[in-house]
Amino acid sequence: MSETRAPDDGLCDALWRAVLDGDEHHAVDLVRSALGAGWDEESLLLDAVAAVQARIGAEWAADRITVAQEHAATAINERVITALVPRPDTRGPSEPRRGRVTVSCVDGEWHAFPARLVAEVLRLRGWQVDYLGAQTPTPYLVAHQHRTDSDAVLLSGSLPTQLPTAHAAITACRSVGVPVLAGGRAFGRDGRYARALGADAWAADARGAAAVLEAGLPRPTVIRQAVDDLPHLVDQEYTMVVQSRRRLIGQTLTELEGRFPATCGGDEARRERTAEDLAHLVDFLATALYMDDAAVFTDFLDWTAGVLSARGVPAHSLVAGLDILAGQVRDFPRGLRMVRDGAAHLAGLSGPLVPGTAA
Amino acid sequence: MPQLVIPSPGSPTHPGDARVGSVPTWDDAPCPVLVLDAHGRVVGRNRAARLLVPGLPSDDGSSWEPPGWLSDAHRRHTGGTAEGTPSGTIGDRVFEARPTPTADGVAWWLVDDTDRRLAEAALLRAQDRTDTASLLFSTLLSSLNVPRCAEIAARMAADHLADAAVLVTPPVGRGYAVTHARRGEPVVQETRQVDPHGVPGLAEALRGFPPVPARWINPDDIPGWVVPDGFAGPVGSVIVTPLPGHGVPAGALILLRSGTEQAFTPDEERFARLFAARAGTALSAARLYSEQTAITATLMRDLLPPALHSVHGVEYAGRYRAAADHERVGGDFYDVHPGADASEETFVVLGDVAGKGLDAAVLTGKIRNTLQALLPLASDHQQVLSLLNGALLNSHHARFATLVLASVKRHGDTVRLRLTSAGHLPPLVVRADGTVEEVDTRGTLVGALPTTPGRTAETELAPGETCLLYTDGITEARGGPLGDELFGEHRLRKALAECAGMPGEAIVERVQMLAAQWLGSGRHDDMAAVAIGAPRRGAPGGTGGRNAVAGRPGR
Repeated sequence: MSETRAPDDGLCDALWRAVLDGDEHHAVDLVRSALGAGWDEESLLLDAVAAVQARIGAEWAADRITVAQEHAATAINERVITALVPRPDTRGPSEPRRGRVTVSCVDGEWHAFPARLVAEVLRLRGWQVDYLGAQTPTPYLVAHQHRTDSDAVLLSGSLPTQLPTAHAAITACRSVGVPVLAGGRAFGRDGRYARALGADAWAADARGAAAVLEAGLPRPTVIRQAVDDLPHLVDQEYTMVVQSRRRLIGQTLTELEGRFPATCGGDEARRERTAEDLAHLVDFLATALYMDDAAVFTDFLDWTAGVLSARGVPAHSLVAGLDILAGQVRDFPRGLRMVRDGAAHLAGLSGPLVPGTAA
Repeated sequence: MPQLVIPSPGSPTHPGDARVGSVPTWDDAPCPVLVLDAHGRVVGRNRAARLLVPGLPSDDGSSWEPPGWLSDAHRRHTGGTAEGTPSGTIGDRVFEARPTPTADGVAWWLVDDTDRRLAEAALLRAQDRTDTASLLFSTLLSSLNVPRCAEIAARMAADHLADAAVLVTPPVGRGYAVTHARRGEPVVQETRQVDPHGVPGLAEALRGFPPVPARWINPDDIPGWVVPDGFAGPVGSVIVTPLPGHGVPAGALILLRSGTEQAFTPDEERFARLFAARAGTALSAARLYSEQTAITATLMRDLLPPALHSVHGVEYAGRYRAAADHERVGGDFYDVHPGADASEETFVVLGDVAGKGLDAAVLTGKIRNTLQALLPLASDHQQVLSLLNGALLNSHHARFATLVLASVKRHGDTVRLRLTSAGHLPPLVVRADGTVEEVDTRGTLVGALPTTPGRTAETELAPGETCLLYTDGITEARGGPLGDELFGEHRLRKALAECAGMPGEAIVERVQMLAAQWLGSGRHDDMAAVAIGAPRRGAPGGTGGRNAVAGRPGR
């Protein structure tokens, strides 16, 4: 890679503007002419296209673009990738030089972009890649392993709430003798959740993933059971929180309305939004219980507080919801501790409690 | 000889009653006893001890040195540093020695432990074999992929049964898949033309019938391809073992040893037989699975939703999610049949057959074929529906279907659509300003009633506008944060209002995503959505090809 030029900020800015404009043609022109000017495909994919995609997410979180713009920009960016990489059928007679791998998203994952980038980079580096895309049901992923006998499965996930599903996929792939390389924000900044769930390896980005594969990923020999990884699940707190999810959300919502009538104000849409916020709280709490890691929960609270404050909603409004939730989970020692620590964490961020408009 | 009175097992309340007149002495004890004095010399032994070491000079015992381990134990015991129960061998037996004090020194009672130790060793060996076998067999059965199974079996055979193993599976086509494994080396797999008759017993083993036993063959008789590259030294012995499958031949295993020793121990032979049986089972299961998968894939190919792309300057995008996540097909379907050229209408259909799963999918296949045959008439929606209705009524299927037909053509910058609903949810149009309009078409479902009256509606899409066809799996998704609400048309329209100006693929993705998130982990029906879009100005939509547009359209 060292002899080729890397894209500069100017190209990234121009690409960002074209993608945000929905101007597919200009975006494609930009990367094509960069290719002509001597950039290599991998750098364009990872240093320009991926950078633009990261910016799309950041701009959405900061409330500077709408959900619709985010989707539209992502769709354009996908087309830029398609234009950038040669299609499999026009790639000429050269056989893949390396082995065969499967790139897939965790079931429930809609953000396929990072997985797509990894798939394209691996193809460029000579791997035969089966790209299964977003929302791949685990049974389908496993059946694919029986059919193809991949050298590795690369599993991508962006939301920590997918970790339990990811665990099932990791265990299933390993039990049919295929090692799993996990990646994506869901697995933690340092990949700690990938290790906790028994993945054979973790990579921070596409180049890291390629490096892991090139170093060789041995096949798993000792088959572990899913419960071997997470002995704390024996307390059943995760199971019970998941089973009573609907009741937890409903009761917390009712109590929130009783305490702070302004929360919903009779507006059905607003009530539903509040319920969705509460649903996220409960889902992240459940995941934190599954992983036995309070950071899953507090990281989510930090992120939510950031998103809410970008939209003019005070972060401490979350604390009210947490207080009520704490009462609902008082029979679950681990869960209760996490909720209380989360509330204290948030209070530390934002000063005195003022009942807000969102839970 | 010291008198040691063995305590009576009788009642302690009447000690005097016990065995009066026939007091047994330690000399009668069934277990050997040696008495060692303070210097570690043998100063006495009972009858059993005398029998134990028969060659000893008579009874005084002074000339006999006790075994070293007992001397050590005696020294520790008298020195007060004894720990545990000492044990060791005398002759070919193993004894545990337990001390009791006597007037002359220490009496060491020797308890024969030989059989227990032999049994324990045998048990450990058996456990070890079982653990190895269970690990081997669970690994063998872990994959349903034939080459992978062969790789595992060959590697294990090389690691546990021989110096090298060659696994040959029955031919698929002309070549035989040959898997070579050497102990501790990577497995090599290749397909090659081989003559099984060149190896004695191989042809029979590969046929799987008649059942043949494993067979030792002369190393000079094997052709070169059998010996793995890098095999150390001359081949000493070769055995050909058939792998019995479930009524299908699973293959044959050739084991090579470099030594000249031919025979397996009985244990090894038993293990080899068991191994061959399990490997055969695993391979034939994998073979059956791959055959079934191939059949399913072939039958399924026409039932899978097609990949959509731009046609004649109009953007199409579709998304499908089957009710059963592992099935990938179901009762919803869509197709885009491009017009012969840009001046012809493109015919689009999206439909929903009553029911779900494979049965429904088979019927969608029939409807899609029928519509394909009716394409020459596609411009007349009513006639198409009427003919399809007749075909369904005359078939043995008791099911009915709802569908939407669309005829699409680009005029300049805009796209004109003629849409007909046959008992289906009316299409929604997302306008550039975020307005969401319902297309005013109504009609009767097909396959239930003798006639299918309906009304076709027309609409026009400006650049950046999209028409969405969708099935009720989306609006009837049940879930939400409180768990039991329908996603509903209201939420769908609200979501679409935020999608103004988005490319069609982003819209169908967003709609599917919102419905999926609404569902959470709940059950759902098949869900399909198709977007028909007029390309935005600035997007290279003119020909549908990304490479074909040279200049940029003005904005």
